[in-house]
Amino acid sequence: MSRNVQEEIKKAVTSHDIVLYMKGTPVFPQCGFSSTVVQILDYLGAEYESFNVLDDPEIRQGIKDYNNWPTIPQVFVKGEFIGGCDILREMFETGELKSLLAEKNITSAA
Amino acid sequence: MGKIATAIKEKLTKAFNPSQLEVRDESHKHAGHAGASAHAAEHGSSESHFHVIIRSNAFEDMSRLAKHRAVMEVLAEEMKTIHAFSLDADAG
Repeated sequence: MSRNVQEEIKKAVTSHDIVLYMKGTPVFPQCGFSSTVVQILDYLGAEYESFNVLDDPEIRQGIKDYNNWPTIPQVFVKGEFIGGCDILREMFETGELKSLLAEKNITSAA
Repeated sequence: MGKIATAIKEKLTKAFNPSQLEVRDESHKHAGHAGASAHAAEHGSSESHFHVIIRSNAFEDMSRLAKHRAVMEVLAEEMKTIHAFSLDADAG
């Protein structure tokens, strides 16, 4: 049976509070933008599920199609696409990200 | 300014009539890292990393996502060949 990447992504982003599609892993990010997002989420003590798109070319293309968003990283909160690195950083700096997580009742790992 | 940077500048100027526009080619900062070398080999260009600062009335009342989407749509062609793109877009 052929793989349904769009369905896989939908399932992933809706079954975890926070999902991060990134290059590399949280421990070894392979891209500066992905690394920034990891640092922000870790700083907020947020638990998240991450997917390394470098390990999976179909997901790498699939996630761009899913959102019609051409770049990686991509962050989802409760299934909703929030943005990439620039948007996360802006939301972090203004405190909006913290409020969003609190609003959505997302428990911190800390 | 390189070919891609010039194209980015022209397209954004045309689309948003910005009050401020800065297109920075930051590729030199990344020269030598794995992504940058692979990029140069694949696309035959060292123009790979861009940072854009843009202020325009067109962004009035738009959400962050909407602003980014509007810019990326205009630059769809360039987005395919560049390796990294960061954006600071706001109304003004």
